[in-house]
This record gives sequence, C-alpha cells and structure tokens, in this order.
Amino acid sequence: MPKELLKGNVAMAEAAVRAGVEAYFGYPITPQTELLEWMSERLPALGRTFLQAESEVAAINMLYGAACTGARVMTSSSSPGISLMMEGLSYIAGTEVPVVLIDVMRGGPGLGNIAPSQGDYNQIVHGGGHGDYHPIVLAPSSIQEAIDFTVLAFDLAEKYRTIAFVIADGNIGQMMEPAELPPMRPLRTEYPEWAVRGAMGREHHFLSSIYIDPKDEEVTNYRLMQVWNRIQANEVRYREYYIEDAELVVVGFGTAGRISLSAVRNARAQGLKVGLFRPITLSPYPFKELEEISQHAKKILVVEMNSGQMLEDVQRAVKGRIPVEFYGRMGGMVPFPDEVLAEILRIQQEEIPLDGDPRQRWMERFAPIINWKN
Amino acid sequence: MVTTATPVQVVYKRPASLSDTPTHYCPGCTHGIAHRLIAEVMDEMNIRERAIGVAPVGCSVFAYNYFTCDFVEAAHGRAPAMATGIKRVLPDRVVFTYQGDGDMASIGMSEIVHAAGRGENITVIFINNAIYGMTGGQMAPTSLPGQKTTSSPTGRDVESMGFPMKMAELLSQLEGAGYVVRRSLHDPKNIRMAKKAIRLAFETQIRGLGFSMVELLSTCNTNWGVSVLEAMQYLKDHMLPVYPIGDYKVSPALENLRV
Ligand SMILES: Cc1ncc(C[n+]2csc(CCOP(=O)(O)OP(=O)(O)O)c2C)c(N)n1
Repeated sequence: MPKELLKGNVAMAEAAVRAGVEAYFGYPITPQTELLEWMSERLPALGRTFLQAESEVAAINMLYGAACTGARVMTSSSSPGISLMMEGLSYIAGTEVPVVLIDVMRGGPGLGNIAPSQGDYNQIVHGGGHGDYHPIVLAPSSIQEAIDFTVLAFDLAEKYRTIAFVIADGNIGQMMEPAELPPMRPLRTEYPEWAVRGAMGREHHFLSSIYIDPKDEEVTNYRLMQVWNRIQANEVRYREYYIEDAELVVVGFGTAGRISLSAVRNARAQGLKVGLFRPITLSPYPFKELEEISQHAKKILVVEMNSGQMLEDVQRAVKGRIPVEFYGRMGGMVPFPDEVLAEILRIQQEEIPLDGDPRQRWMERFAPIINWKN
Repeated sequence: MVTTATPVQVVYKRPASLSDTPTHYCPGCTHGIAHRLIAEVMDEMNIRERAIGVAPVGCSVFAYNYFTCDFVEAAHGRAPAMATGIKRVLPDRVVFTYQGDGDMASIGMSEIVHAAGRGENITVIFINNAIYGMTGGQMAPTSLPGQKTTSSPTGRDVESMGFPMKMAELLSQLEGAGYVVRRSLHDPKNIRMAKKAIRLAFETQIRGLGFSMVELLSTCNTNWGVSVLEAMQYLKDHMLPVYPIGDYKVSPALENLRV
C-alpha cells in the first residue's frame, strides 16, 4: 500500500476497518470524534454495524453485548468518556470476551480541556474498573504506529480473550502524517466456540461475569492471572534509541517519547551519550528491559505529559540502582524538545541523589515555569 | 367387559425452553410465573434456538440458569444496551431482556429510554414488583406512595422521594416503540393475558416493528413482608390503581394479528 497523508483519528478508524472490525459503538468527544465520524460513514457502507450510543455507558455495554457474539468489536473515546466506560470494562474483563478500545487522551481531571495529555495512564494501566484484571495497553507515538497498533490490538485481544487498549493522546489523534494503511482483511466467517449466537443444534450456554460462589470467583481470578502471565511473558514491546553506550537514558511513551527523541538527537549532536527507551506496551510493562538498562546506564530521566504516573513503574524497574529524575507537563500542556534537552543537559552536569523523591524535586524546579507563588 | 384404551394425553409439562434447574426464587414469587410464560411462548413460536436472553442485576440475575436458550448477564440497568449490541450484529436472532424495576426504571433509565427511542428491535420483559428484591427490600422508583420499605421506613413520601415511575406510559410516548403494554400476574385470567402479550411482543420483534415491552405487575411477598395470598391481594388493591393494565402502544401492523 502507498503512503498517504492521514489524520491520526481517521487512520486508526480505517486501520480497524481493514483489520475486520464488525461493529463499532461510540459517543462523540473531542479530540476523538473524527474516529467515530469515519466509522459512521465506512461501516454501514460495508454492511457492518455502526451505532452512535446515547452515552459512553451505553456504548461500552453495547460493545459488551456485541463482543459476546464473538464479533470483532471496538469503541473509542477520550478521557471523560473512558471514565464512564470503567464499569463495563470490568464486566468485560470478568466475562473474558475480547474488545478493543482507543483512548485519545485529553487534559484533566474533570472536564479539563481538549488538549493532548497522558493523564489516563494510571486509570488504564493500573486500574479503572473494579476487581483484578489487566488490559493490554499499546502506546503509539506516530500515525504509522497508531495504525499498526490498532490492528495488533484486535489480534492480541482475541488471542488472549482480553481487553486491548490503544492509548493515544490528542496529538496523535489530531495530527496528519504520511503513513501506510494495511490491506483489507476478509471478515471472519467462523466464530469462537464460546460465543453466544443462539443455541442452534447445540447445548445452550451463557456468558457472564458472576461467580456467586467465591471459590469459583477465586478460580476465575487465578485463570485471569494465568492469562496475564502468558501476556507478560510474550507481549512486551518497546523501542530503544541510542541505548548501547548511553549514560543517561530518557524514558517516555507516546507523544512524550517522540518529543524526547528529538531532544535526545539534539543531545547526541552535542556529543552527549544519551539514549531513549520508549515503552510500547504500557501493560505489560517492560520492567525487565528497564532493569537491564539500569545496570549499564548512570542516570534516568522520565518524561511524561502527566504528573509522573509511569514514573512509579520506572522506579519499580530501576529499584534504586541509579538516580531517576522526572520532567512532566500536565493538564493538556505538551513539552517542547528544548525543555527536555535542557533537562538532559542539567542532569548530565548535576549530581542527582539516589534517594529522595524525583517528583518532589521536579515540582520545585517546575514552580517558576508556571509562575507558581506560594 | 370391553375396555377401550384411552390414549394418554399430556396436559401439562415443562416447556422445552425452561430448564429443569430448581429455582432460587422465594416460594410464591412471580418471577417463576414470568419465566414459565416466556418459555411457553418460545416453545410455541419455535424460537428457542435463535433466542438470546439478557439477564439483569436483581433477583433474576440467574435467569440464564432457567432457560435453555443462549443467555448473557448484563451490568445493573445496562441490559437494553447489551441487547442492542447483540441484536445489531445478529439481526435475525430474537433478543430479549428480563429486568426488574430497580434495574430498568432507576439505574437503567437512560438505556431503556434510548433503546425504545431508537426503535431497537428487542423485547423487554419488565418485572414491576415495586421494590428492590435482591438487596432486601429498599424503595424502588416504582414503589407506591406511602409504601414502607427498608429505605423508606415511614412510607414513600412523594414530596421528598418522588412519584412512581410509570414505565409503560412513559415508553409508549416514543415513536420507536412498537408494542408497549402492562399486564399483571396476580390471577389466572391476568396470567393468560400476560402470556398473550409476551407472544405479541416477540411477534413485534420478529416482524421488525420496533421496540416491544411487556410490563408485568409482580409481587415480592418476602420483602413486602406478607403472605403469598396477601401479596396477590395487595397487588390487586394497591398496584392496579396506580399502574392500570392496558395497551399503551400497539403498532397498527399488529392490530389484526391473532395469536
Ligand atoms: C452498580 C450497582 N449498583 C447497585 C447494585 C446492587 N443491586 C443489586 S440488585 C439491585 C436492585 C434490584 O431490584 P430490581 O431491579 O427491582 O429487581 P428485583 O430484585 O426486585 O427482582 C441493586 C440495587 C449493583 N449490583 N450494581
């Protein structure tokens, strides 16, 4: 397929269409709406299902119902809408049916704004709905990755009967970039044995997330953890740039990772031994790989568009072996490569303590940037 | 003496659509009657193999154990959304939800109204027992004025707790609704009428005439704190005046249908 100039939201939608999505349910919210609009045109034209739901609560439960039939299904939203979907997600996790979600994150908390953010990291990677479950979470940093990860999300969701998220931010959703779409896959004609499609010539069965006897629920939780172990063992993905001889390694995902790469390249041009580690799966998180890096590198800088949500995972991997610093922008603000470069230069020169809290140190350095007065 | 063999005639048996699982419902509860009526209708229409039920959260959360058709179990109030998802990808299946009044008229109000508004081709069996059964007898949106429950201990005061939600009346206002009626399960005559309504509701769906709902006035002797017979009498004396039995919306296309 030739490269085309594509807007992120449209690219993800079309990637899903080509990956064989059979049904989409969603509700408009900026900066994700073009995705829904694209589906509203494409899916009915292809004889597939599109429905604008009355709310994200309804959308996720429509998705849940459609997923129970074994169809390839997805929804998309942005942060406040994703919050509303958390109940449904927990039910979907408990029922072990595959679904794909795209979250085009925006500034929060609350209504926040429509600017790019990475504030949903904790909600999606570490929590969200009630109970014990782990979704697969992919973080693209370009339109091409947004396309590729959308397709991958369907395959992973079905392989493990789990929830697969693509978490992009307003930047990825809204910007245009040349990228290549995959060829159109034929729709599936066979459905999994567990699907609820009517008891035609077979025993009736049901799909549910209720295990009223705690013994059964415990076994179910154990099974979910077994699946999660397989996912952790096989599906960790990440990208490394200039890591070989790097003394300072910057860690960032999605747009923050991409911006950091510009800063790292500038630092390299100045002869500094700096590299970038960009997690692609935020869940399962590349703990082992980061741990290895912390055995060679001297310092780590975590860059995020939030107040340091992934920072804590990096610290878990590094285990205090080398100093970790943090730089973040919040609430819809996006860091410039120069800001990250300035941090790189500072950290290269300064002695960074092994103990202490990188988030506290960042807050002190950050106060003047936003003209904060106590 | 000449004996003529009288052929054995089965006059009463378990419908094939009803499983032989013993139910967990309290003795005297009308959920069992409603289940049986649905199963009889599924048998008569020969739709069991293409029926997909959506169970609610409430006393009927295990409804899927009692039917021999495929089932899913929804989150509290979300059954109409889940049914929508199923029906949209499998339009030739017969999709129905089974919901209590807390499930449908309280937490699931948005989902039910929009499913009806869209004219979603699904059938809803709505069990109105004027109380939250499963959680132990709290006030429901359908509780009667003055009704004592564990969360309205001095009786439902409409000034502060609002008025009963009349779901059949409400949903019948929507253009997407093809068949919306209220029936009752308090005596054999009404039970027969209820069954006919369930049949018509499924016929509505099969004919693609839009959303269908049968509201079934039901009892909860356990949480009402009365005997089974007193519960039936209470329904008759107190629920019928607030919730009149009737056809609130019948698509013209159904009018000449005889079942
Ligand atoms: C989100 C959520 N809130 C509350 C509950 C607790 N809950 C379970 S059943 C129920 C009420 C059920 O009442 P109704 O729908 O009238 O059905 P019945 O039990 O009377 O048949 C409630 C509040 C729940 N399971 N989930």
